[in-house]
Amino acid sequence: MARMATTRRVVISTAAAWLFGFLIFFPILWMVLASFKTELEAFAIPPSFLFFHWTTENYATVQERSDYFHHAMNSIIIAGGSTLIALLIAIPAAWSMAFSPTRRTKDILLWMLSTKMMPPVGVLVPIYLIYKSFGLLDSRIGLVFILCLGNLPIVIWMLFTYFKEIPRDILEAARMDGATVGRELVYVLTPMAIPGLASTLLLNLILAWNEAFWTLNLSTSNAAPLTTFIASYSSPEGLFWAKLSAASTLAIAPILVLGWFSQKQLVRGLTFGAVK
Amino acid sequence: MGQITLQGVQKSFGPVHIIKGADLDISDGSFVVFVGPSGCGKTTLLRLIAGLEDVSGGKILIDGKNVVDTPPAKRGLSMVFQSYALYPHMSVRGNIGFGLKMAGLPKDEINRKVEAAAATLNLTPYLDRKPRELSGGQRQRVAIGRAIVREPKAFLFDEPLSNLDAALRVQMRIEVTRLQKQLGTTAIYVTHDQVEAMTMADKIVVLNSGKIEQYGSPLELYEKPANLFVAGFIGSPKMNFVTGELALQRGAATIGVRPEHLRIERDGGGGWQGTIAVAEHLGSDTFLYVDAGPLGMLTARYIGELSLHAGDRVSLLPDPARIHRFDASGNALRG
Repeated sequence: MARMATTRRVVISTAAAWLFGFLIFFPILWMVLASFKTELEAFAIPPSFLFFHWTTENYATVQERSDYFHHAMNSIIIAGGSTLIALLIAIPAAWSMAFSPTRRTKDILLWMLSTKMMPPVGVLVPIYLIYKSFGLLDSRIGLVFILCLGNLPIVIWMLFTYFKEIPRDILEAARMDGATVGRELVYVLTPMAIPGLASTLLLNLILAWNEAFWTLNLSTSNAAPLTTFIASYSSPEGLFWAKLSAASTLAIAPILVLGWFSQKQLVRGLTFGAVK
Repeated sequence: MGQITLQGVQKSFGPVHIIKGADLDISDGSFVVFVGPSGCGKTTLLRLIAGLEDVSGGKILIDGKNVVDTPPAKRGLSMVFQSYALYPHMSVRGNIGFGLKMAGLPKDEINRKVEAAAATLNLTPYLDRKPRELSGGQRQRVAIGRAIVREPKAFLFDEPLSNLDAALRVQMRIEVTRLQKQLGTTAIYVTHDQVEAMTMADKIVVLNSGKIEQYGSPLELYEKPANLFVAGFIGSPKMNFVTGELALQRGAATIGVRPEHLRIERDGGGGWQGTIAVAEHLGSDTFLYVDAGPLGMLTARYIGELSLHAGDRVSLLPDPARIHRFDASGNALRG
């Protein structure tokens, strides 16, 4: 009896998990399907699910009208650049707070996080004016800078919690074993920190890739990443659902592939510290 | 060689004095145990010797050389941590050989030494495993292997057995003691377990709130405790203390008698009378917790089985030669 009950529970929970997963995935699926429809079919009521006239003309139009690769390159540079700079700043910061905490460490961490609580729109005007004066509007370096600063608190928090999990004893054991600081870093710390660094890097890359507020407001064409590219398809003249879907599919494709191959790292990064 | 001398060693963290001036002379090859209740400063004292903490005052001499400004690795000591502190990403071989690698020894020499150490500790079949694939006892052995392979002047053990279950702890206790005697290397061992201290040590340092209360061989501490603290801390069950009239009659503020030095007689003749509150029958021993009225609760130990039970009246007769006397400030009175 107990065994039957267990089997039934497994079946039910598996079914529920699939259903829930499908619900979450559905908008993405719908977007991909819409990108293969004609504009007319894309907002037809009742909507057709699979049996419609499949076409790739939206993709051709999108590439023709706006240069996908130009925007994709901008996205790569902005997301990659801001992530790398954020890591370079966050590693020593998180390191020192994790390994030589002071009485104020907790306060500093909270203060850092508090900067994320303010809605970005609150500082849009000053930032816009500053960028204008410095000639940073619609420049890649400007976007790298703002995204790096925006994500820095989260990067520091993630690395801090990660580094905190590295037992001090192990570092002390390495010191007793005669490792200099440099060798301690190479042989002990880095190998132990790599999973944490990797998941932080991935998560931040995704956050920066999808960031839309600053990229939309501070770029127009030259430095415009894929978010701006998508937004350009929702225009005052009306929505072009099929083309918008095609552009969105193109925009999320790279990060989706990256996410797919690094699922394990991502899950570990997101749940880190939850369980010992 | 591994002679370690402490001269007036002090350590404070801000306004808190953890170690209030420790003087100690540890001779080469001896096994010294630091014991005391938690928070007494024993681990801090060990970390000061290791160099993992800086002293606030005083000198630490290793073979006559003051090492307070020498980094941990240059002191020629090796340490076994309570958490084992193995490198999780390295194999057993890598863990044991790490210190040698850092010292820049050639690869084949490292291998030879690691394999010799592994053979001593019965770790040969596990050399290529990662720490997470080992049991607690095996991890402990790897940690010890890492310490012995460097042939240090002294081993420092920081409560190394406290994470093991009771049976394994007894076994490892014997192994560590045997290994230390076999290698003849000085060892300093920190524990809060007085049984470990009594069984392993050549000499015991009893620490209490940052002060060395007594330094001596296990039997010296048992037979001639310097003060009330040592008398109460060493020996299990605890020594009985009696104050008041009975103590004054013997010219002391407090007198102490160990449970095993109380003769138990069924109610009747003389001695200290009381009612048994709890009787523990272990087969090999019988422990009686006796409510002796104005004298308070007394513990008595009988070797073997004694068929007495809770509620029975007993008389306890202290062995007059083994009564410890203490003055009002808690120091032992001799003669």
